[in-house]
Amino acid sequence: MTSAPEKAAVAAAAEAAGQGRRRLPWGPMARLVGRRAVFAVPVLLTVTFGVFAVAAASPFDPVKAYAGTAGLTASQENLDQLRANLGVDKPLVSRWWDWLTSALQGDLGDSSTLRQPVADAIGERIGWSVLLAATAFVLAILVGSALGVLAARRPGGWLDRGVTSLAYTLEAAPPFWLGLLAVWLFALKLGALPAGGLTDTSSTAVTAAQVTNHLVLPAAVLAVSQLPWFVLYVRQGVGDALGDDAVRGARARGLAERTVLLKHAFRSGMLPVLTLVGSRVPELITGALLVETVFSWPGIAAATVQAATSVDFPLLAALTALATVAVLLGNLLADLLYGLADPRVGFDG
Amino acid sequence: MADAPPTSVADTPVVWRSAAGRSVVGARKPSRSTRAWRVWSSAAIVTAVVLAVLIVPPLVDLDEQAVHLADKLLPPSLEHPFGTDDVGRDLLLRCVYGLRVSLLVGVVAAVVATVIGTAVGALAAASGGWVDRVVMRLVDVFSSVPHLLLGIFIVAMFRPGVWPVVISVALTHWLSTARIVRAEVLSLRSRPYIDAAISGGASRWRVTVRHLLPGVLPQAGLAAVLMVPHAIWHESALSFLGLGLPTHQASLGTLVQSARSSLLAGDWWPTLFPGLFIIVPTLAIAGLAGAWRDRINPRRRSELML
Repeated sequence: MTSAPEKAAVAAAAEAAGQGRRRLPWGPMARLVGRRAVFAVPVLLTVTFGVFAVAAASPFDPVKAYAGTAGLTASQENLDQLRANLGVDKPLVSRWWDWLTSALQGDLGDSSTLRQPVADAIGERIGWSVLLAATAFVLAILVGSALGVLAARRPGGWLDRGVTSLAYTLEAAPPFWLGLLAVWLFALKLGALPAGGLTDTSSTAVTAAQVTNHLVLPAAVLAVSQLPWFVLYVRQGVGDALGDDAVRGARARGLAERTVLLKHAFRSGMLPVLTLVGSRVPELITGALLVETVFSWPGIAAATVQAATSVDFPLLAALTALATVAVLLGNLLADLLYGLADPRVGFDG
Repeated sequence: MADAPPTSVADTPVVWRSAAGRSVVGARKPSRSTRAWRVWSSAAIVTAVVLAVLIVPPLVDLDEQAVHLADKLLPPSLEHPFGTDDVGRDLLLRCVYGLRVSLLVGVVAAVVATVIGTAVGALAAASGGWVDRVVMRLVDVFSSVPHLLLGIFIVAMFRPGVWPVVISVALTHWLSTARIVRAEVLSLRSRPYIDAAISGGASRWRVTVRHLLPGVLPQAGLAAVLMVPHAIWHESALSFLGLGLPTHQASLGTLVQSARSSLLAGDWWPTLFPGLFIIVPTLAIAGLAGAWRDRINPRRRSELML
């Protein structure tokens, strides 16, 4: 149920977008969400099973890891007892099924490195990661679109060539390298921004001002690392749209260049970018992992690296499943946006 | 694929005048000389990289591990063009050795991934029916796990060493090749020469191996070449996180990782140069692969690189 203020806000947004009183197609959108939810079940089943299968195929022995140096001298009975206690003596499928059924009840197991339940470990970190990734993504879309439109305006001009070369170079640059150079320039040389962390080391309270100050540099670096794709796609889309009949018609009617570019070419040229929003989510997560590491951001990256270094299987399995859910959500969001932006496509996907 | 006849006026090239009076042409591709310059400079860089990687270590009798504590953290100079690191090792030499390791990991991983991807894609397309559906659905499913995270998981389970890194990169990168090869095999399958082979009594295996796969090789090779920079990128990311190659082994990722402490002390050169060693070969390989793709398929010339 949507409340009255929400409805009013939606109507106002539609009004502002110049779409008159067009109602949002809630029914088809809900059906799309439902279909995707059903499709997500086999995907998550397969991915988690794959994770368990890789672990089973690896030489890693959870019992030896758990026992540590004591495992070298322990008797075979003790090791077998430990194996039974940890539940790793069971076959692959039943271990996976046990994990799955308890995961559905909210119990993702205990993280051995962080010494707390996996659900808590992820819960207290995920918010910061989402904040960083979302800020960077919005920034990348806005700046990327602006640069893409500018580049498409004069194909082959100096601005186009400059922006395109920059985009290809940034595409090849590893985000962690960009992050380190940004730390050197902005934190060490200019002293303008903090080099990492969430708050100043001297302060104990987490205030909005501190977080914003510490967010600027990591978010900017992550946005810059995601920028090339948006620049190139918008440039291509708007460039193609500039040759469309509709845009020629607009030009023929003598509309101002600005109107032609922003109201006609940009609106149809943005459509491919919406699919890009969905397909960039995995890369966004990858980039966020690296950028968080550079800036010691208290998100899930540190936990992931720690879990990987000490082979914390429950945490790794949960993180992989979580990332898959994030990717599926991104795809869903992109398809919803596309359906809204282009009514010809609809919500059948 | 036959060229579709022009369906609208937009397909005929028309030169427009923009508000600024500059001409805006429908087909926006760089001039012939610009493209030639790009290809030749890319080729020169790739050749230089390959020569440096193959020739320097056996011929130049310098120890990249040699520690000179008196010369630590020297800025770039004539004697040390890239400067020295925190224990006085020459960074140019370290970068060349690092590139050697990264390139080796990248090439091996790309070859393994291409072999897996080609086999799976060809199997799916040649079998058709439920095999095709199940295999391609699995490819879809594993595409929704972020590469680096899956790679981290695989490395965590099999580490330490070089091979876990290669396996991790290969196992996360074959999915796109499988899609490309499947699509290509499906389009080749409707060609007359395949019909001729089948009516000549060739078995399904023979048609696949002798007639379909050779036709797919250019596309698979292109995908493999484009995958090398991705694989290098992936290896350096894993190494930077401390999950890839051991720290004492110079790879482009471990070089950046071990430069972190010097960077926080204000010395930029140990960080800058290994990164440039990732970017420049990546751009050169992409430039060459782009030229190759233009030869295979001129219609896609204006599309995106990488």
